[in-house]
Amino acid sequence: MDLNLTESELQFRGELRAWLKESLPKEPIVSMGRSDADYWNKLRDWQNSLYEGGWAGITWPKEFGGRGTTPIEAAIFIEEMAAFDAPERVGVIGEGLVGPTIMAEGNDEQKEYFLPKILDGSHIWCQGFSEPNSGSDVASLATKAVREGDDFVVNGQKIWTSFAAVSDWCLLLVRTDKDAPKHKGISALLVDMKSEGVSVRPLKQMSGDSAFNEMFFTNVKVPAKNLIGALNDGWRITITMLMNERTNLGPATYIQFKKALAELIETMKHKSSGGKRLIDDPINRQKIAQIQMELEIFKLTSNRALSKITNNAVPGPEGSILKIFWSELNQRLVQAAMEILGDEAQLQEFENGAWAYRYLRSRGNTVEAGTSEIQRNIVAMRVLGLPRSY
Amino acid sequence: MNFDLNKTQQLLQESAQTFFTRECPITKVREIMESENGHDSALWNGIAEQGWTGLTLPEEFDGLGLSYVDLAAVSEEMGRACAPSAFLATSWASALIAASGNADLKSKLLPDLALGESIATVALQEDGSNWDSFSIQMKAESADSGVTLTGTKRLVMDAAVANAILVVARKGDDLIVAVVDPSAEGLEITPTEGMDLTRRFYQLVFSNVAGEILASGEAAENALKQSIQTGIIIACADLLGGMDWVLKTTVEYAQSRQQFGKPIGSYQAVQHQCADMLLLSESSRSAAYYAAWALNEGDDEANQAINIAKAYCSEAARVIGNCGIQIHGGIGFTWEHDLHIYYKRAKSNELIFGDPTHHREKLAQLMVAE
Ligand SMILES: Cc1cc2nc3c(=O)[nH]c(=O)nc-3n(C[C@H](O)[C@H](O)[C@H](O)COP(=O)(O)OP(=O)(O)OC[C@H]3O[C@@H](n4cnc5c(N)ncnc54)[C@H](O)[C@@H]3O)c2cc1C
Repeated sequence: MDLNLTESELQFRGELRAWLKESLPKEPIVSMGRSDADYWNKLRDWQNSLYEGGWAGITWPKEFGGRGTTPIEAAIFIEEMAAFDAPERVGVIGEGLVGPTIMAEGNDEQKEYFLPKILDGSHIWCQGFSEPNSGSDVASLATKAVREGDDFVVNGQKIWTSFAAVSDWCLLLVRTDKDAPKHKGISALLVDMKSEGVSVRPLKQMSGDSAFNEMFFTNVKVPAKNLIGALNDGWRITITMLMNERTNLGPATYIQFKKALAELIETMKHKSSGGKRLIDDPINRQKIAQIQMELEIFKLTSNRALSKITNNAVPGPEGSILKIFWSELNQRLVQAAMEILGDEAQLQEFENGAWAYRYLRSRGNTVEAGTSEIQRNIVAMRVLGLPRSY
Repeated sequence: MNFDLNKTQQLLQESAQTFFTRECPITKVREIMESENGHDSALWNGIAEQGWTGLTLPEEFDGLGLSYVDLAAVSEEMGRACAPSAFLATSWASALIAASGNADLKSKLLPDLALGESIATVALQEDGSNWDSFSIQMKAESADSGVTLTGTKRLVMDAAVANAILVVARKGDDLIVAVVDPSAEGLEITPTEGMDLTRRFYQLVFSNVAGEILASGEAAENALKQSIQTGIIIACADLLGGMDWVLKTTVEYAQSRQQFGKPIGSYQAVQHQCADMLLLSESSRSAAYYAAWALNEGDDEANQAINIAKAYCSEAARVIGNCGIQIHGGIGFTWEHDLHIYYKRAKSNELIFGDPTHHREKLAQLMVAE
């Protein structure tokens, strides 16, 4: 065990810092739940400059345009991006989930066409898994694809699809064999969102923004060459993607929460209640210390997981522990903040509505990317080996 | 001992439930949420016609002279419906006037308030204040026929539709409450947006605004305290109605929503959350109705009961809301589903009149003093 950064990790960080100093957009690009077309265009531009600078898809192998970094370097990357207040990346689903799937399962033509476009920001991707009747039980999905000549014809509905309204492509799970057991009749298609018969309806979230959507597919023709992996082998691919999703989110969330905590502490220094600075109240101090403890422990566990992936190459179901930890930690963090900041924090006028937004948005954390209940089931049954209950 | 509502109280509650089901279905709530001032005159007039605006006010001022338990019974139904109205603001203000001991202003203001012909609100909170009167710093200076007020108040409910604003301020060392006309010169009323769109908050900037003194010194302190206690009874009962709605809606959903070929309510992870929700809402009910009863009796334990009820119900409603959203999954996180309306109303109820931290501290003070 040696928790110091290695020579090469330090060098990596140095190069990145130098690049960020030069290349960061002059104006911050933030939305806090109020994104518009301009916001997304700016983010595409940012993705493109990452690409030009050699900082897009850094974990990807060099042959696919990446940098072949280790998971630890990838974590350093995320930390530095956050430390420099760099904008969010439009590429997260493409880079983190779709790209790796195409690299692992795709054919040469698919790799050649899609991978560069993920990196340079010309393709934003979304993930079409959930359906109205298939959320936790995503394997029960009903959107169907029927082979007709050179195409699959897709009919059905997806829901809660993040980014669908601004996406160019969708990784869509479809049922290609309705007679097979539910896990054995699913395939994954790469679908052009501009195809005829695709319609997207934004759904407003309780936090007031519309980041997720409904997608309707009516006789959508998807060229058969856009099948990824083998026919009816989509479930295996899905499991890998879901595990990647759980593990990937760790380092990014840590930094986000750390920043929110830093903002909170700043406010506590200059805001008073009943003649006492918030920062001087021992109850408040206990609360921020508790959050700090949990944050630091989360980071350590997350780093241990990364180091395990570096040594073993694949994330395991332990990713569920991290997912439970970060999602519920965020809820505890915003709850503590609301308690500390007092009744003004409910207002849009208070710090640009940041706390009200974070508070409400955090409720989605324990639902998206697999609910807390499902994650605990996975830990109990797949990690601890307890008997299956369903 | 009988912990149930008596016959007339039951009838009152039933009529309130019928009224809000008819006059304020959730479609109506959403309509009012979208409106400029969050106020609907027809709904307000309906509430007034029922006599609820004067529910606990003395009969000599056209009130019904009923108890806090009756007030809770009606407020619970407002919470179940999430009814947006100036009821909380006006009831707080009326209670403040009624407790002020100012005979002139009582007979001048209370009858209109009791009959719902007038709407009033209280301007208390300021930057750095914490629901304790000592933290109120806004300045009042003596003037010909009263005071002039200068400073900023925030989180003032329904100021845009109020006919009178009761401003809590400090004149020298004394706390005072002054009545201000919302259209008075030097008063600027700006809307601010909270999470809860069924309640509207405003920022009020006063520059030498004329006001008439309602109470000062100890009388003002006492009246403010009593009126906040009335407000707490309403807020806690409002939370009860909301908790009930969330629990019922969630249990129904857990029974009908299927995943993995079974109702999600058959999974213990879901069942245990539902069971905890019931535990919390039942405990809240005990706390809230006991507080109402004790306050009415002038019971020694009323202060403690009020602190307990406000701290407990606030947290219970939040946890119940969290579980409700969680058990609904994705649909629970949407604007389209009504859960968030209840969730946000619970938040404003939690914060108004002091949050759980505040009331635990008050409770500790009482415990130590004994
Ligand atoms: C903000 C947000 C963004 C999202 N983005 C995407 C996206 O980009 N793409 C996409 O495909 N999906 C997305 N989702 C959907 C998300 O993956 C699903 O909402 C989630 O998997 C839950 O499914 P559901 O909503 O149908 O709830 P359900 O599966 O119906 O669950 C309802 C409740 O039942 C519980 N439950 C279900 N089964 C069990 C069980 N066996 N044991 C115990 N409890 C159980 C759940 O934990 C939950 O509490 C997003 C969701 C949110 C909130």
